Amino acid sequence: MKLYLNYFLIHLKSCMQYKTSFFLTMIGQFLVSFNVFLGVWFMFDRFNTVKGFSFGECLLCFSIVLMAFTLAECFFRGFDAFSSMISNGQFDRILVRPRGLILQVLGQRIEFTRFGRFLQAIVMLIYSVSNSGISWDLPRALTVVSMIFGGTVVFASLFILYAGFCFFTIEGLEFMNIFTDGAREYGKYPVGIYGKGVLRFCTYVVPFALFQYYPFLYLIGQREEPWLGLLPLVGCVFVVPCLLFWRFGVSRYRSTGS
Amino acid sequence: MKKYLSFFRIRFIHSLQYRSAALAGISTQFFWGMMNVLLFKAFYEGDPSAFPMGFAALSSYVWLQQAFLALFMTWFWESELFDAVTSGTVAYDLCRPVGVYAMWFTRSAATRCAKALLRCIPILLVASFIPAPYGLSLPASLPAFAWFILTMVFALGNVVALTMVIYMSAFFFVNPQGTRMVFVSAADLLGGSIVPLPFLPDGLRQICECLPFASAQNVPLRIYGGDLTGDALLQAVGLQVFWLFTLTVLGKWMERRGLAKVTLAGG
Repeated sequence: MKLYLNYFLIHLKSCMQYKTSFFLTMIGQFLVSFNVFLGVWFMFDRFNTVKGFSFGECLLCFSIVLMAFTLAECFFRGFDAFSSMISNGQFDRILVRPRGLILQVLGQRIEFTRFGRFLQAIVMLIYSVSNSGISWDLPRALTVVSMIFGGTVVFASLFILYAGFCFFTIEGLEFMNIFTDGAREYGKYPVGIYGKGVLRFCTYVVPFALFQYYPFLYLIGQREEPWLGLLPLVGCVFVVPCLLFWRFGVSRYRSTGS
Repeated sequence: MKKYLSFFRIRFIHSLQYRSAALAGISTQFFWGMMNVLLFKAFYEGDPSAFPMGFAALSSYVWLQQAFLALFMTWFWESELFDAVTSGTVAYDLCRPVGVYAMWFTRSAATRCAKALLRCIPILLVASFIPAPYGLSLPASLPAFAWFILTMVFALGNVVALTMVIYMSAFFFVNPQGTRMVFVSAADLLGGSIVPLPFLPDGLRQICECLPFASAQNVPLRIYGGDLTGDALLQAVGLQVFWLFTLTVLGKWMERRGLAKVTLAGG
């Protein structure tokens, strides 16, 4: 943990060396996801509701997904850039060091520029918490926390899975973006609106619905069972197969020799 | 003219090399299209009367948008061109007996065409097999199809001319990243790639339709589904021609101004 803190500080210092570039990128991040927000707003301006969800409710869902994704991307970015780590031989160096592999890969890259997006997620969360008409109580507040936590873990697992594939393909697999970026893009609405098939996929294959849809239903009062708030934690189990796959990849690892 | 055509061919063939990247792109775009259609379906079922265009027309819009993404994407930049200006290798281009603007214009257009060609056919094929209101339907009419082809060419010209203005701005700013980002987010929103323009609230929509961003994918994709017809169609095509002309003149002017005072660092 101390080592990770060191990595954290180094990255923070290094990106503060180029302040203008850092803030520009941050603003860029903000603008891009702000566009998505405007898109949602325009749609609700015209239709008012979608499958019984109001604008405030969707915004709450959107902000939670965005926040989870941003947190995962900020800290687990090392796995996202893993293909380059393998092809330039950096992973070999990591292997010979007497420290945990995952910790080191994580420390390779921490993206602070994502805070632009994070800021937006926070503003949206505050706005929607006060405007969604939900009667807040302790279990509901805890549910929001568990949703964000569960979401971060699921996204992080996907990044790890992605890195695991890199052991076999050397190059990054772009189709994995479907799950990460796709979930961020389309997670702005509760997944239930996409129909049964998508919902089933998001429940049993990649547990997006466990941290986004079911606890969300409890949150806005469409379902009353408080245990739904614990589902995001169940979704965290997804990390186990992903880590196993990564381990399997490490055991099969052959250096590219460069 | 001939030298630009052959330059177009070179870049085109060069870009055709990246086939596996295209395959990945196809799967992503196919997924994107499917989710988009499902999303609009959810809104449509809630309130069909508030829907500003026919659902089949919208599905066609989405699928065509995904198939020809490479033609109209605004976030795609040839970083070599920016590098050429910042690192000074633009000097080589200046030595050649061709205009920098025209050459870069051809180059961008060629790359976009090649990328689109690799990606569009599988998407169009699969999308046309999806059952009626959700898939890609046939064009609204034969004249509409002819207009579609024509406006596609204008739209491509418009996108390239827009990006050329940004490329040219590299001559004036050391770091064009800022202009680029603002441009991309404006173009995405106002050009109808996040939500189709008819979905924007009134007032904003009318303004958007006059801007150059709307002269890109917005026009051909809506003509195809029969959403844009009659006078509105002619007006949109007129605007396309107008913006294509204006942007090209602007770009050329920037090129002249930029080259007049360009100083190259040696090395």
